[in-house]
Amino acid sequence: MAALSQESAPRGAFHAVGAALRGMAASPSGLAGLTIIALHLAVAVAAPVLAPYDPTLLDSSAIMAGASGSHWLGTDALGRDVLSRTIYGGRIALATTFPAALLAVAWGGLLGIAAGFLGGRIDQILMRLIDAFLAIPWLLFLLVIASIVGTGGGILVPTLAFFYGLPIVRVARGATLDIVAMDFVSAARARGEKKHWIVWRELLPNVRDILLVEGAMEWSWMLLAFSSLSFLGFGVTPPTPDWGLMISDARLYLTVIPLAALAPMTALAILIVGINLAVDALGKTLGIDRIRGAGP
Amino acid sequence: MTGGDQPLIAVRGLSIGFKDSAGRSVEIVRGFDFSVDRSETVGIVGESGCGKSTVLLAMLGYLKPGLHRLAGEVRFRGRDLFALDARELEGLRGGKIGFVPQNAAQSLTPTMTIGRAMAEALALHSPIAKGQRRARALELLRAVRFSEPAAILQRYTHELSGGQQQRVAIALTLAGEPELLLLDEPTTALDVTTRAHVLDLLAELRKAFGVAMVYVSHDLGVIAHVADRMAVMYAGETVEEGPTRDLLRRPAHPYAIGLLRSIPRISDGAVPRAMPGQPPAFGPDRSGCAFAARCELALPRCVAERPETRSAGASHGARCFRIEEAVTCLAAPPIPEPARNPAAEKNGQALLELDHVTISYARPRLLQRILGRRAEPRAVVPDLTLQVPRGQVFGLVGESGSGKSTILRVIGGLLPARGGRAMLSGSDDVGCVAEQRAADLLKRIQIIFQNPDDSLNPRQTVAEILASPLRLYFRLSAAEIRERSVRLLEAVRLGPRYLDRYPPQLSGGEKQRVAIARGFAAEPQLLLCDEITSALDVSVQAAILELLLKLKAESDSTVVFVSHDLAVVRAVSDQVAVLYRGDLCEIGKVDEIFRPPFHPYTEALLAAVLDPVAESPRKIVIEERTGIEDRGSTEVGSGCPFAGRCHRQVGPICSEAPPPWQSETPTHRLRCHIPAASLRGQAEA
Repeated sequence: MAALSQESAPRGAFHAVGAALRGMAASPSGLAGLTIIALHLAVAVAAPVLAPYDPTLLDSSAIMAGASGSHWLGTDALGRDVLSRTIYGGRIALATTFPAALLAVAWGGLLGIAAGFLGGRIDQILMRLIDAFLAIPWLLFLLVIASIVGTGGGILVPTLAFFYGLPIVRVARGATLDIVAMDFVSAARARGEKKHWIVWRELLPNVRDILLVEGAMEWSWMLLAFSSLSFLGFGVTPPTPDWGLMISDARLYLTVIPLAALAPMTALAILIVGINLAVDALGKTLGIDRIRGAGP
Repeated sequence: MTGGDQPLIAVRGLSIGFKDSAGRSVEIVRGFDFSVDRSETVGIVGESGCGKSTVLLAMLGYLKPGLHRLAGEVRFRGRDLFALDARELEGLRGGKIGFVPQNAAQSLTPTMTIGRAMAEALALHSPIAKGQRRARALELLRAVRFSEPAAILQRYTHELSGGQQQRVAIALTLAGEPELLLLDEPTTALDVTTRAHVLDLLAELRKAFGVAMVYVSHDLGVIAHVADRMAVMYAGETVEEGPTRDLLRRPAHPYAIGLLRSIPRISDGAVPRAMPGQPPAFGPDRSGCAFAARCELALPRCVAERPETRSAGASHGARCFRIEEAVTCLAAPPIPEPARNPAAEKNGQALLELDHVTISYARPRLLQRILGRRAEPRAVVPDLTLQVPRGQVFGLVGESGSGKSTILRVIGGLLPARGGRAMLSGSDDVGCVAEQRAADLLKRIQIIFQNPDDSLNPRQTVAEILASPLRLYFRLSAAEIRERSVRLLEAVRLGPRYLDRYPPQLSGGEKQRVAIARGFAAEPQLLLCDEITSALDVSVQAAILELLLKLKAESDSTVVFVSHDLAVVRAVSDQVAVLYRGDLCEIGKVDEIFRPPFHPYTEALLAAVLDPVAESPRKIVIEERTGIEDRGSTEVGSGCPFAGRCHRQVGPICSEAPPPWQSETPTHRLRCHIPAASLRGQAEA
């Protein structure tokens, strides 16, 4: 079986990313997931080119119009083009949640690895703190923050990153505990390596895959959370186009212009499904089972 | 094929394979023929990956997911197992065909008591009425030698020792009154003395129940002990088959000959001869003899054409074109006694001194400290005093739980000593952990671990792995580090092409070579080897031992070699210490340990060693360890720690008074109440 294990062996970061993407694309569901994410990103980036209208343009001559040749998905209560708003609607959500996810993985991962590695009292105190924070209903907490300091990317990114980093701390700690018990960590200790070296060079490369999968999963939860915030009026300020906000605006006229709510809902739902498919495929490619922990 | 009528199980031309990523069939078992008659025991021996477990499972009509039967059949009492439907197979498995796995602890449900597991097995595979199941369960447990079966029924798996778990697994298979028992390395995970118990039990069951057995193992000694006939497998096919005694005394296939030679033998203490090369990777196209690439006698014909089985004696056959040459050229055992380091003999100065060292894992809990309770469990190592002489290989033997690896972890700085003095070169304290040691001291002590899968970071290249000690201990430029790494790789007989590989791309033996190279990279004074060959196949083990001794001789370092395998320790060590539950029983030069007088524990360990060719020595039965004893909670009295299991106990003095150290020669000391002279007399009798 030597030939089999050679194929799956790691070959540097650049190759690793390539291999992971190829592995994901090899399964139909993984390919679908990747395509969905790529399409959403492309649409968000190219929105000014793709959108037929300015998303904030009020057209008083076509208020609550149905689908037509000039407005493919109709217009909303203020006469704005639904298609254009849907195309633009993912931009802020993606631009906020993506850096937040990276930040969450960074702090959650490092803290989790440190806790798992150092162990003892530091680990105990840290984990109880995480438990305490996890008990806070984050949505209410955010509402409090929003009402004190207002909303915006500068506040949302760190707050989302904080709350969604908490479970990552736990996952990273659990994965680290498995690895700390291995003899190559003992070997590094006996050799006299410094603690930071052990964390960076011995532990992190072995926890990286798990963090990647967990981070991607958290990203999809963050997207949902961001849209919920917008829906509640704490995310994006009108008239900026955003899916959560659009659903919120359109919910009063659901029977009259269903497309105005359905279009952003569908866009969001497809993106979440896409991320989930991709994460599943990524986990399989990297040999990580999210339910039963890291594979052998 | 001895019996007149049809055999109990017959495998004919069985080929098993999987589909590779390109959709081609890759054979991992090729044309396997095999049969077992009623109440016969047949052994299958081979190294890891040779397909022995796959064929064993096929005899249950089972293939692991991803595997397919490409050709052939498996007939149990004339019925093709692969033609049966799922219900019929379920009835046979655990019924007429029993299976005992390697690791009983994993095959027993942890949340079920043994009683429930037994009841379940009886309900599924025995016609016995419900009311009589308990009685039958007790009977079966008694058959596998539990003296108090009723107590065992109440226990959970984790409350039993490894040997007891294995016996329960055997009792479970007996519930279905099997005609055939398939055993997959059932004693590999057990200590030698426990192994002796299980093997004895199997022999007894065979007599009592007349059950036929297929015994799969990598251990030729075990096969020699249990099997009437045996087959040697290599790369998915049988290379040699015959009556066990005949085959082991006069092996005909070059692989079987090489395998036998690579086993360290307790009787001669020579370093075993390594077999060159490694087994072929499975590929879709295979022609010729699988062993041709490693065979000293290979002809062009061997590569081109697959040899048929040819006779090498009465019902003894080997799949080789050159049986005659193999027997004459290879079988001669001109094994030269290795020149032991003569300098080591003179230089008796101690490098490492342990003086009343105590080691314990448990730390008093905060609550216990507040309450002032002193519920200290028994220390792993209660009080150890020994000296390791400079320039020697110091062997440390004992069964699992003897504390031998724990002692290494203390010296290596992974665990602090709780008491006593541990000194390197007389002045450097090694009782503290690595974080508290000076850089120079760290460099002087290096560890090589048991399992190379675990001790090399799978995410670092071999170059990075070797660079770690070089970067830490020497001031070298990147080019110098690379150059030294290449030299190290060459010293362990791997080339520079290994620099950019990752551990998962290496075989077990290659990984351990890298680990050894890393150990020697620091140019240590003291090298600690923790069971470094126990995770490897025997043919690889021989090469690793050879390499270790070569590098040791070149570098003039001192080696502490921990192992449970007495034959290996005998082959490599200059001095040996025997440990039992953290206490030293006997210590002396290697020859002194392996000749009388023996400490009774050493004697029992030696008696449990199974040699593939030599007659088994006189049987010594010592008490089996119980699970509870191992938990370390019970305080041993002030007497001899081995008293409870000793076959030479002389009376209450054994468990009441600490045994005295006695010595017959200045270098050989043992700790027993029986005078050394009388121990010698008893052992020689």
